[in-house]
Amino acid sequence: MSDPRALYQEVILDHNKKPRNFGVLENANRHAEGHNPVCGDHITLHVKIDGEEVSGISFEGQSCAICKASASMMTGQVKGKTVAEAETLIQEFREMATGKLDVHAQPHHLGRLTVFAGVSELPSRVKCAILPWHTLHAAFKELDNTSTEKDF
Amino acid sequence: MNVPTKNQPPLENTLIHPVSMNVEHLRADFPILKHSIHGKPMVYLDNAASSQMPQQVIDRLTHYQAHEHANIHRGVHTLSQNATIEYENARLKVMNFIGAKEAREIIFTRGTTEGINLVMHGYGRRFIGEGDEIIISAMEHHSNIVPWQMLCEEKKARLRIIPMNDAGELLLDEYAKLFNKNTKFVALTHVSNALGTINPVRGMIATAHQHGVPVLLDGAQAAPHIAVNIQDLDCDFYAFSSHKMCGPTGVGILYGKTPLLEKMQPYQGGGDMILNVTFERTTYNDIPHKFEAGTPAIAAGIGLGAAIDYLTAIGLDNIAAYEHALLEYATQAARNIPGLKIIGTAQHKAAVLSFILDGIHPHDIGTLLDQEGIAVRAGHHCAQPVMQRFGIPATARASFAFYNTFAEVDALIAGIHSVKKVFA
Repeated sequence: MSDPRALYQEVILDHNKKPRNFGVLENANRHAEGHNPVCGDHITLHVKIDGEEVSGISFEGQSCAICKASASMMTGQVKGKTVAEAETLIQEFREMATGKLDVHAQPHHLGRLTVFAGVSELPSRVKCAILPWHTLHAAFKELDNTSTEKDF
Repeated sequence: MNVPTKNQPPLENTLIHPVSMNVEHLRADFPILKHSIHGKPMVYLDNAASSQMPQQVIDRLTHYQAHEHANIHRGVHTLSQNATIEYENARLKVMNFIGAKEAREIIFTRGTTEGINLVMHGYGRRFIGEGDEIIISAMEHHSNIVPWQMLCEEKKARLRIIPMNDAGELLLDEYAKLFNKNTKFVALTHVSNALGTINPVRGMIATAHQHGVPVLLDGAQAAPHIAVNIQDLDCDFYAFSSHKMCGPTGVGILYGKTPLLEKMQPYQGGGDMILNVTFERTTYNDIPHKFEAGTPAIAAGIGLGAAIDYLTAIGLDNIAAYEHALLEYATQAARNIPGLKIIGTAQHKAAVLSFILDGIHPHDIGTLLDQEGIAVRAGHHCAQPVMQRFGIPATARASFAFYNTFAEVDALIAGIHSVKKVFA
């Protein structure tokens, strides 16, 4: 991607403006909080897991457009999937955002989430995109708290 | 002496009308300002984080490394003696720059943060104990909060905070009320990095002294932008950094009054800070060397001396007047942008424009401005309590230096408009 402005494209701006699955989720049985101390992104995930299935998910918090859109699209993508399928997406999203997965050349399950591929060219913003996914991983593991600081 | 002088005469018209300072002439001294970012002329507005370096300072560093380097304070050989003279000469320049009485009141550190930690350790740990109180302000940088918190935790002392109003001005009546018989120290920023506020430190120091309490000023954001005379301020300690005033990273300055420095304990042990060592007992060196263990950043110290020459030749009063004009211009233009809110509207401000935009996170502002070649800081500016005070996660901050231009302010304003367009 030659112009990282392309990252701020319609779909991301739309999710930033009208985040899906935003708010508290009744009957959620997993919760995790994620924050990015450097920029102040802070989100809380509420997840409902029935057996193997992610039957419900929502998020709350205050964050930049990249983080909020990432969280919004993530909730849409993982709802109805199994925990194992969601874990695969977490892994692939992280690899895409850090430039290890070339979404044009390698197989993946990311679908529309590839709008975030350009973030790999903005090192200071990679954490913003990844934070919701880290937090989801923490929710699956029932960790209370996560921070992108630990992985960089 | 081998210190190169500025390659241009002082600007003729600056004293008459500072706003007409010949900025283009000065910009030519800064090679980095010719750079482009993403194909656009670079507009560097992150001077509160670190300033850029003129060729005169770069040349001084190169000359030192190519022709003058040796360890200092110990060699009998010519090179070492000359390096010592140059390094100590830099100390004299710092002394004159801030109006200190004696060179021994000037301690070289790694930066402002180390200077504050040195005082916390050398003075605080010796003279502050259980039940004592330390006063800091609501607008401190983390480097002037955390060391005092560490001390309070260790000594069971208590941190008291001077509150501020919505403009980002300290409440002086509340400050005066904080003093009691347990108050042992005041640590205060001269100029806020997040808000730009220039605090009325002279009066605040006088208040502290009426209670017999010493005052440390964090001068990191003041020394490069306004003329500082520590005898006029009568502060007990003053800490600042070279890299925010056109000098190299890795060196900072701690000024301290001689009687206080003499009764403080050393900060680090090692070479250079001793007079005599046996396994039974060590006698410490005199100040300032008592606080300068190990080989310092010699080149950086000498480079700082060259930076001081450079700034002094322009004149700090000229710099302050010009930067104030830039700030006024930027503030006026920013106020006309719908949805923009300036954070920090004190009556007395240094050239810092912190702002937020309705519905747009500062990090998105920072990334999009960068695409226009404009470098601003986006974040909490190492002042999270300030962000909490204003109920915001972060701000975008443009901070100006004397080499910035009115056209660059125009570029910033145009950039903000284009950010808004993306999010419209």
